[in-house]
Amino acid sequence: MAAILDAQGLNKTFGAVTAAQGVTAAIEKDSVVGLIGTNGAGKTTFINMITGYLKPDSGSIRYEGRDITALSTRQIARLGICRSFQIPQLYSSLSVYENMLMALGIMLHNSGRGGFFSLGAPRVPGHDAPAEEAADRILGRFGLSGYRDKNAQVLPGGVRKLLDIALTMAAKPRVLLLDEPTSGVSAEEKFGIMELIIQAVKAEGATVIFVEHDMEVVSRFAQRVLAFYDGRIIADAPPQDALRDAEVRRYVVGAIERSARA
Amino acid sequence: MTRDRTPLLLAAVLAAVVAGGLVLPQWALFILTVACAQGLVVLGLMLLLRAGLVSFGQALYYCIGAYTAGGLARAFKIGDIFVQMLAGSLLAALVALVLGFLLARYRGIFFGLLSLALSMILYGLIVKSEALGSTDGFNLLPSTLFGVRPSAAWVRYAVAVAAACVALGAALLIHRFLNTPLGRLGPAIKDNEIRVEYMGASVRYAIHVNYVIAATLAGAGGALVATTVGHIDPEMAYWTTSGEFVFIAILAGTGSVIAPFLGALVFGAIHTIAYDVSPNTWQMSMGAALLLAIVFLPEGLWSLFTKRKAA
Repeated sequence: MAAILDAQGLNKTFGAVTAAQGVTAAIEKDSVVGLIGTNGAGKTTFINMITGYLKPDSGSIRYEGRDITALSTRQIARLGICRSFQIPQLYSSLSVYENMLMALGIMLHNSGRGGFFSLGAPRVPGHDAPAEEAADRILGRFGLSGYRDKNAQVLPGGVRKLLDIALTMAAKPRVLLLDEPTSGVSAEEKFGIMELIIQAVKAEGATVIFVEHDMEVVSRFAQRVLAFYDGRIIADAPPQDALRDAEVRRYVVGAIERSARA
Repeated sequence: MTRDRTPLLLAAVLAAVVAGGLVLPQWALFILTVACAQGLVVLGLMLLLRAGLVSFGQALYYCIGAYTAGGLARAFKIGDIFVQMLAGSLLAALVALVLGFLLARYRGIFFGLLSLALSMILYGLIVKSEALGSTDGFNLLPSTLFGVRPSAAWVRYAVAVAAACVALGAALLIHRFLNTPLGRLGPAIKDNEIRVEYMGASVRYAIHVNYVIAATLAGAGGALVATTVGHIDPEMAYWTTSGEFVFIAILAGTGSVIAPFLGALVFGAIHTIAYDVSPNTWQMSMGAALLLAIVFLPEGLWSLFTKRKAA
């Protein structure tokens, strides 16, 4: 299958810290890829480089054959590469519904609709509905309708996570990067929330890359695993093979279990 | 969805000014006109406040508007209030368009102080300029409207109605702008810039647009005040003038496009009464009024109306 995203030899250092060295990975279209590794292994740096937040010191990133290495976060987002955050990034003074409207409004703005001189309720591109209708539809898909008029600041942790991801859906992402979608969510809720997210995202036909520390979640939802250690990818294989890999067991799985016991 | 009542409300206020102005005394018409001018500046300030930016330098554009009006009157004998306001806002917009490239990069205290510094540069330039009347400033001819010079008995009324038309028209346009996706971005920028950028919108562009609009409004306000008062001086660019606008904005609240005008009117009323009651300590009365507003109406005067609606 064709690669939608192709990272070649990405290097990045922060002073004496190496956050990425020779990171090379091609992500196939419509796949679900899990990123694993201990804290500081380079997973979030990888996401930050793909989304343009950090520029690699060397190496290149291609999206559907186009070099996007030098583009800004904003330009990359407009191409359909979106992300959610480990710590949800919401508009905390607005309600859940208004957060969603804001995201859809930006879509309208970028498509040149809904300007000062336009009349009536313009349809949001890709959603084939006015923003108000599309907002309720997305909230429904993420099970957030019950929180519609709640202020984003007072939401429980799991709901904040879901809203953070739901907001990316406004942009109709082709590639969605989820940074620890289940962190801060209780162990019992993890599978349910992940199931909900993956279903909602797959329904939109997006390629998914997610960072996760829970290996059970990884084996269940990822088709392929990239294991990071010290800024390098030490394993790139389907979950059952990757999690059996000696290096992965030593530097990733073992380390995570040790820190969980400590 | 609730129906948008703002256009109707604006029309009602205009009708009230047109009708009420006929019975109001001259001094009240003067306060009303000045409130329209200050309200225009504060309306622009409100756009910036919504995006989390406090400008302590709106006096820059206020003063540019005033001196444009003064310059037109002095050099070209143009006393038409609409031409003066249009020219004042255009020049202010042009300056803001250029300065905006710099200012849109800054936030918080840096934005506030940089805008203040720029207005003080203009103050310094005018003070040093003999041609512009230095610290004394200069006088303007009485206003004309569409080439007609109203008689002395009617000039205050005519200018007040013209001011109200422009002010409320501007409020209507801003209200419309605030309902476009670009206009709605303000609170999102205030809350979370990173998210805005990650959603594919440019924070700098949005701030730049708001900044230019704010300057345009301030330029119109400055021109209006110049022709109403009949005199301009460099104090209009001084930082305390900017401070007054921030004062009115806090007093008014950012809940509606009408709030700035209400705030300016209340400000003018408090100012007049305080000055009348105790000419030597009027600043203290103003300070006390702001203190009370902050303690009891942290969302500004406008919250008096929204709270009642929610209840």
